[in-house]
Amino acid sequence: MSTPVPSPSELPAQHIMAVTSGKGGVGKTFVSANLAAALARAGRRVLVLDADLGLANLDVVLNLHPKITLHDVFTGKSTLADAVLPAPGGFHVLLAGSGMVEYSRMTPEVRDQLQKVIAEVAPKFDHVLLDTGAGISDVVLYTVSLAGQVLVVVTPEPTSLTDAYATIKVLATTQGRRQVHLLVNQTRKLGEGRAVRQQLQQVVDRFVNPNIDGAVRLELLGEVPSDPAVRDAVQRRQLLLETFPGTPAAKALVAAAARLLAE
Amino acid sequence: MALLDCPPPLPDRQVTPVHSLSRTPPARAAKTSPLHFEQALQLLSHSGQSLPAGEPGSPAWQQALIDALVDLSSRDALTGLANRRAFEVALGREVDRVARSGEPALLLALDIDHFKRVNDQHGHVAGDQVIRAVANALLDSVRPMDLVARVGGEEFAIILPNCASTFGETVAERVRRRVERMPVALGALVPGAVEISVTVSVGGAFAPQWVRSTPTLWQERADQQLYMAKAQGRNLVRLEPTAVSVVSHEEKQLLFDSFQFQDHE
Repeated sequence: MSTPVPSPSELPAQHIMAVTSGKGGVGKTFVSANLAAALARAGRRVLVLDADLGLANLDVVLNLHPKITLHDVFTGKSTLADAVLPAPGGFHVLLAGSGMVEYSRMTPEVRDQLQKVIAEVAPKFDHVLLDTGAGISDVVLYTVSLAGQVLVVVTPEPTSLTDAYATIKVLATTQGRRQVHLLVNQTRKLGEGRAVRQQLQQVVDRFVNPNIDGAVRLELLGEVPSDPAVRDAVQRRQLLLETFPGTPAAKALVAAAARLLAE
Repeated sequence: MALLDCPPPLPDRQVTPVHSLSRTPPARAAKTSPLHFEQALQLLSHSGQSLPAGEPGSPAWQQALIDALVDLSSRDALTGLANRRAFEVALGREVDRVARSGEPALLLALDIDHFKRVNDQHGHVAGDQVIRAVANALLDSVRPMDLVARVGGEEFAIILPNCASTFGETVAERVRRRVERMPVALGALVPGAVEISVTVSVGGAFAPQWVRSTPTLWQERADQQLYMAKAQGRNLVRLEPTAVSVVSHEEKQLLFDSFQFQDHE
């Protein structure tokens, strides 16, 4: 790997988007994979990087059995080019694999490896989605710092809302993040996504924005309705967009991708 | 743009090209040189700095002169501490270092409490004496590797590289107490008052490890804590909680206020 590590003052590229949530189990990986499929369908070159180094599950969601993972790249057993695999849905993935538990804590090595991999691979794609782990650990925060944009996946329930808010607050205060995209998953009625955005924005305006320079703006990228087809696709370990493309949830994800492309 | 503007590149130390002089013998250079050193030398001797050694006009002598001027322009005249300019350069360097190494670093912002009162009651000469005394107290209460700077009238800042977050409170508290317990002898400066004591308010924030940040953002966070220490009664230490991820009761209340959660079966 000969790519020089970019200097810390270099700004991360805008086409790299971290997908994070605070709380686990809100559909972060599901959203990453299907959003990637929708972007790929629009003719874009898309890579999803499984940045949940400790508890990777992008391979599970996509029913892939990778021979080569990030672990092999980190240890020099494999080249990066060999580790970038085609996935169903027309996009590419870089999988963490299960041998990565040792990377679940941030060390200078993990930091440099991850930065190098992303710097090397990012120019080859139109969109790079970094699927982070749950929580607000230093690995998650570091991964987000490598992305020019951030997407917070949230569901309309108290714990998810609280954790999404905590994530936004940390990103605003410690990383100077001022724009955060929201995707509200599992909505029960039309317009609930807007209500969630509004609610979060209100608390941010009251408790975060007065303490920082500028103001954090939350942008609703989309709302995905609660849909039995999602559960069905997840259990079959298939992409919703491939298996049930006509369902409301699939259409919502396509619309979210379109909004991202329009920016 | 999601991130704040990145720190400007550190300016390279400007060195006056000496090659233009090298054709004339060094001994004559001092007299025939188109450069004028008199003012620089005067400034140095007035500031109590030692004058450059070696043959006047020689490259080594000129380098020593530049070094002395650089040193002079990095220091606060009253206290001898790093001045605002030097502080900003050091802060930028520390942000880069922390992002690279992942070592924790603490920035403290300090302000003398009710300093205007000292000036009003005892005069500016006494005020200067207080500032000098506080400067010395700060220097005495931190490690030699830490950078203590005077960044404004009665404002100071300390950069503490490689300071673990578990020690932050202890260090900041030690600094505060050191000032509190230090009597400032005004002596013959002021009729009547022989000794006064002052206190400082201290705000602090750790640089985000691993993560790109800016000196401005870091300073803002430390200042924010300083304001809170002032607002809560002064002579206090306030450090940004290392887990800013904690969501308070008030935040939760507003977060759930008027929001209708659906019944999840």
